[in-house]
Amino acid sequence: MADQARARAESIGVSIPTEATVDLSKRPHIGETIIQAILFICGVLSIFTTVGIVWVLFQQAWLFFGDPEVSVLEFFTTFRWVPEIGLFGVWPLVTATFMTSLIGMLVAIPFGLAAAIYLSEYASDRVRSVVKPLLEILAGVPTVVYGYFALGFITPLLRNIFGINTVNIYNMASAGIAMGILILPLIASLSEDALSAVPQSLRNASFGLGATRLETAIRVVLPAAASGLVAAFIIGISRAVGETMIVALAAGAGPNLTANPFDSAETITGHIARISGGDISYGSIQYTSIFALGLLLFVITLGLNILSRRLVARFREVYE
Amino acid sequence: MSAESINPEERSVGVLPEGPAVKQNIARRQLIGQIWRGIFFFAIVFGLVALLTLILDVVNDSFGLIATQSEVDEQEITGGRELEDLSQAELVAILNENLSRRVLTRLNREQPLEERDAANLVEVIETEVLKTELVAVFPLWESLTQRAAIEERVTERFPRAELSWKAWVNWDFITTPMSSVAFNAGVRTAILGTLWVTMLTALIAIPVGIFAAIYLEEYADHRVWYNKIIQTNINNLAGVPSIIYGMLGLAIFVRVLEPFTSGAFFGVSSGGGATLNGRTILSAAFTMALLILPVIIITGQEAIRAVPNSLRQGSYGLGATKWQTVWNIVLPQAFPSILTGIILAVSRAVGETAPLILVGASTFIVTDPNGPFSKFTVLPIQIYTWTQQPEQEFKIIAAAAIVVLLIVMLFLNATAVLLRNYFRSKRVSV
Repeated sequence: MADQARARAESIGVSIPTEATVDLSKRPHIGETIIQAILFICGVLSIFTTVGIVWVLFQQAWLFFGDPEVSVLEFFTTFRWVPEIGLFGVWPLVTATFMTSLIGMLVAIPFGLAAAIYLSEYASDRVRSVVKPLLEILAGVPTVVYGYFALGFITPLLRNIFGINTVNIYNMASAGIAMGILILPLIASLSEDALSAVPQSLRNASFGLGATRLETAIRVVLPAAASGLVAAFIIGISRAVGETMIVALAAGAGPNLTANPFDSAETITGHIARISGGDISYGSIQYTSIFALGLLLFVITLGLNILSRRLVARFREVYE
Repeated sequence: MSAESINPEERSVGVLPEGPAVKQNIARRQLIGQIWRGIFFFAIVFGLVALLTLILDVVNDSFGLIATQSEVDEQEITGGRELEDLSQAELVAILNENLSRRVLTRLNREQPLEERDAANLVEVIETEVLKTELVAVFPLWESLTQRAAIEERVTERFPRAELSWKAWVNWDFITTPMSSVAFNAGVRTAILGTLWVTMLTALIAIPVGIFAAIYLEEYADHRVWYNKIIQTNINNLAGVPSIIYGMLGLAIFVRVLEPFTSGAFFGVSSGGGATLNGRTILSAAFTMALLILPVIIITGQEAIRAVPNSLRQGSYGLGATKWQTVWNIVLPQAFPSILTGIILAVSRAVGETAPLILVGASTFIVTDPNGPFSKFTVLPIQIYTWTQQPEQEFKIIAAAAIVVLLIVMLFLNATAVLLRNYFRSKRVSV
């Protein structure tokens, strides 16, 4: 057999080494090692990004808090943010961020969760294959377009409903609603993943006991997917906190400590965008102040993301 | 528990309830189920209606009636004929008649009137003689349904104004640069800026992203501490708000690496579009590349993970090295899915605004970008700037720019789907 094969191979010009000449030991491949090194460097690059972000934020924030005009205590315990006269109390920006995110989540969580329940528990494959790409389009629309939509459509609508005198041209409610619509598909898609991960056997057991589809969804599937759902909501909140363009366009300019959603107020991100859009000189206190705000934003969103990841990991342990 | 120990009372619990009350109970539960099903479905309808409203709102603003008013009556200077019907010589005559010597000298210096074509002359007459001005704009829906009321209002307020239809998104809008007059403004500079930034971003981010994904899936031992850190780090980077990347870009690429990103290091001098500071296309592209890297890496990893192991083992069995296997077997198999991730990431870069505000996109710029070291603006920045203006006509051109942006993104995504299907059909089926 082997001789025949060798003869045939040689007849078409291929030489097969005889057993004596075959060296089976691993040969060093310099090319392979170089390639592996290049690939490794590309992987490590992401570490440099993080190091860069942390270094830049901390270094500039250090300069900011090192300035005799400000102190960490003033930053966290006073309630006015007017950089022009040296007042740096972060709370007006934080409350506005909180308010717009809250309104956004009030829209995104109920609608997103309901959409996810429909898609995972009721919809046929055909409906799902039509609806999911459409929701993805909604999520893919650039945020600046949502800002335009909030200012040009939602605000006039709110003013028609609640009266021109109650609703400011720039207001947190309008920005929050637009944000909710933006985040709805994200919540819907992450929640649907969590619901679909619940084993079918749990549903079947519930149906077997005579429960309706709704009872199964609410009392069996939802509790089983709870940590996954909460993780999805937290990702949504983190996204809302970091969202910039909608609030920069629709929520208004100028920090304002208010609990009225129809008032204008500036969020952390909106303030950073406005200040850096103008001409600020490098090294001025206004310049370093946006990095201190950036650090706060980074810590908040990172905390939320890590929390969410923990929840998802716990959820996976139970069902996979 | 043995059967004997069950007493008769307990056994009766096992009897199925019957009768009208039970049927009623079931009917009620099913009705509630139906109602909630409707409510859940409504949430989806809400999402789709929001999408539709958003698109209609933008379209509504970018087409419609406009009222223009001229200082001089057109009929008066043309003798009752339409400007467009006049010959080139007649148009020149009109200009010579109606303009002062100084204006004529200036125009002739730009390009002698006799050498200009009719279309250009009509334009000159409109801006120099008639001084046509935009006095009112109306959205599409209002223009269609309340035409009579609009006409009445316009004739009342601007007696000499003329109503006409205008599609704000048109070829002129795409090919003219920025202007401080909304009526004449276009998005040429912004489109070119978007193309430059996006192309450079893709050039930087795609190779690095794919290589990192290959490293993490094919080479990295995930039990080693530094590989664990790399993986966790990438997952966390994906959740960092885009504006933070903007701050990184501002501090590192715009300031620290200024000699490099401004082009001074490469001997680029001022003039043309060059700025000699770090607020250039290159800085923007580096910032955007860092922003979309985690997305490319994560989707790339998923794609590579989905390639069956049997293919790799087959390749090793034939004596291929690790890299040969990855390059010739794994990557071609994973390519369609990798491509989907890339396009998603790139279209995110096209629509992203916040980081570029920090990196310093120009808000008013009329010169075309001519290289990586030019100052620049992009479509989303243009939309942001125009939306901020208080005048109605700027909101309208913002809407028109949104239409252009959405078309660009639609085009990108459609290409992605086509390419993916093409590569999928060429792939070995396993």
